[in-house]
Amino acid sequence: MNATAQRSLPLHTDLPTSAEQAELHPGKQRAHVRFINVGKVYQGQQGPVPALQGIDLDIQRGEVFGIIGRSGAGKSSLIRTINRLEQPSSGRVLIDQVDIGEFNEDHLVALRRRIGMIFQHFNLMSAKTVWQNVELPLKVAGVPKAQRQRKVAELLELVGLEGKHKAYPAQLSGGQKQRVGIARALVHDPAILLCDEATSALDPETTQSILGLLREINQRLGLTIILITHEMAVIREICDRVVVLEKGEIVEQGPVWQVFGNPQHEVSKTLLAPLQHALPEDLQARLQAQPPHPHASVVLDLQFTGSEGNEPDLSALFSAFGGRVSLLHGGVERIQGRALGHLLLAISHSPLSLEELLNRARKQAQHAEVLGYVG
Amino acid sequence: MWVDRLWQGVIDTFLMVGVSSLIALLLGIPLAVILVTSGKGGIFEAPHINRVLGAFVNIFRSVPFLILMVALIPFTRLIVGTTYGVWAAVVPLTIASTPFFARIAEVSLREVDHGLIEAAQAMGCRRWHIVWHVLLPEALPGIVGGFTITLVTMINSSAMAGAIGAGGLGDIAYRYGYQRFDTQVMLTVIVLLVALVAVIQLGGDRLALRLNKR
Repeated sequence: MNATAQRSLPLHTDLPTSAEQAELHPGKQRAHVRFINVGKVYQGQQGPVPALQGIDLDIQRGEVFGIIGRSGAGKSSLIRTINRLEQPSSGRVLIDQVDIGEFNEDHLVALRRRIGMIFQHFNLMSAKTVWQNVELPLKVAGVPKAQRQRKVAELLELVGLEGKHKAYPAQLSGGQKQRVGIARALVHDPAILLCDEATSALDPETTQSILGLLREINQRLGLTIILITHEMAVIREICDRVVVLEKGEIVEQGPVWQVFGNPQHEVSKTLLAPLQHALPEDLQARLQAQPPHPHASVVLDLQFTGSEGNEPDLSALFSAFGGRVSLLHGGVERIQGRALGHLLLAISHSPLSLEELLNRARKQAQHAEVLGYVG
Repeated sequence: MWVDRLWQGVIDTFLMVGVSSLIALLLGIPLAVILVTSGKGGIFEAPHINRVLGAFVNIFRSVPFLILMVALIPFTRLIVGTTYGVWAAVVPLTIASTPFFARIAEVSLREVDHGLIEAAQAMGCRRWHIVWHVLLPEALPGIVGGFTITLVTMINSSAMAGAIGAGGLGDIAYRYGYQRFDTQVMLTVIVLLVALVAVIQLGGDRLALRLNKR
């Protein structure tokens, strides 16, 4: 190991003071990354602009943690406080229980070598080949050549770019560029990988393959992945937990299935909207507030939030309702092993009252409501 | 006989431009790096140094070469001990072209995507690593292009220096072409200068293109 890496030792040995210890919830697993009341204020043209406010967050070792929000919500600032590309204005960031706020340049360099980062626009050196790009972090760390060659070859194989050593970034596709970015980020065997909108510039198919690669890396190398995105689909694909950020504040957080199945905040609902089974327009147009005639069908919206871990039991539903039940719209998807779904049912010729229908529906689904009637 | 003088003129021009451009290259690149990195938000942020250096560069860039050359005569005498000949011309040529080249190189360095600097910081590069491994290699095609422009401008300036006794092609054109109305010499000098500039421009463009991997 080189001199710089040696100096990284204080990161592990400088344990927090007793005051800091008091803030660590006793009995709880020690967080890999912990934010304590982190705030960030930019000096704008018309006075200070708050970018982050009162962020308290624990990210556990080995999890894939998602930060989602609209553009300008502060995601970028937040993820950059972890490797101090961004210096918080207030509060503290602890990594392995060590406050990184007071680090000098040597400490920062050592810290950043333990934290890989990939970017939306890849940020590869255009004048360097794929090999040289991946080698650069090792080179500046003074790693001997033989060791560098072994490591670079190993990582380019891991990301599936064995044949592209001598290519320049301009000759690669977007997905290949991001693979180079991932190899470069992993070359120091980091404990944390930060992903800054890593798939936002890629087409859906390439996004899938990159997310698959990240998942594989998370499982094989056990490293903590923290990603920011504005696409809920990315969160659904690979994250374990998620926070929703709005105007620099955390408005919602929890396991992904929970936030997806039962979003609480308006912003979460807005972000989720493209993925949900909203009422199709033609049905919306036919829907009436009052039954047009006695045999009109009532339309129920049943939501399954995954909290029970059970799939919707259709036979139980249908026998509970009596009469004719038709499925108008809906679907079920599985997130983290739980079935989340939306079913729009039209029920007619049922002997039961509306009240009773809803009661029975609620025994099966977590939410049930009457949307209206169709003739 | 005038062919010999012409040959000597070509050699003198090469010598003047060659030596002063080499010095401009060696001084201009560090100057450009300091100008870029000491600016607001730069990796070696130092607003005072940036402002002083910027003003200094601007002063030398705004004085026309002919005036600068005359104004620098005492300084030239101090440095090379004479105000006449090729070596005396090297001093004002260098002083004029260094800030010129530094400004052009500065633009190329400034155009390096900030994302690359951020990526370099995130991978644990020290600030000097960023200059050496990121800024300079990424800006190299632009710097080569800028140096080409500087060379052409220096040939131009060296001809002016020739008029006040520096030798070179400018001197020959002035003495034979202007003072003796020798059209043949005049035309030959023009053809030589055009050829020289064309070769430099072509070579510079080729090199910049080869270095550009974008």
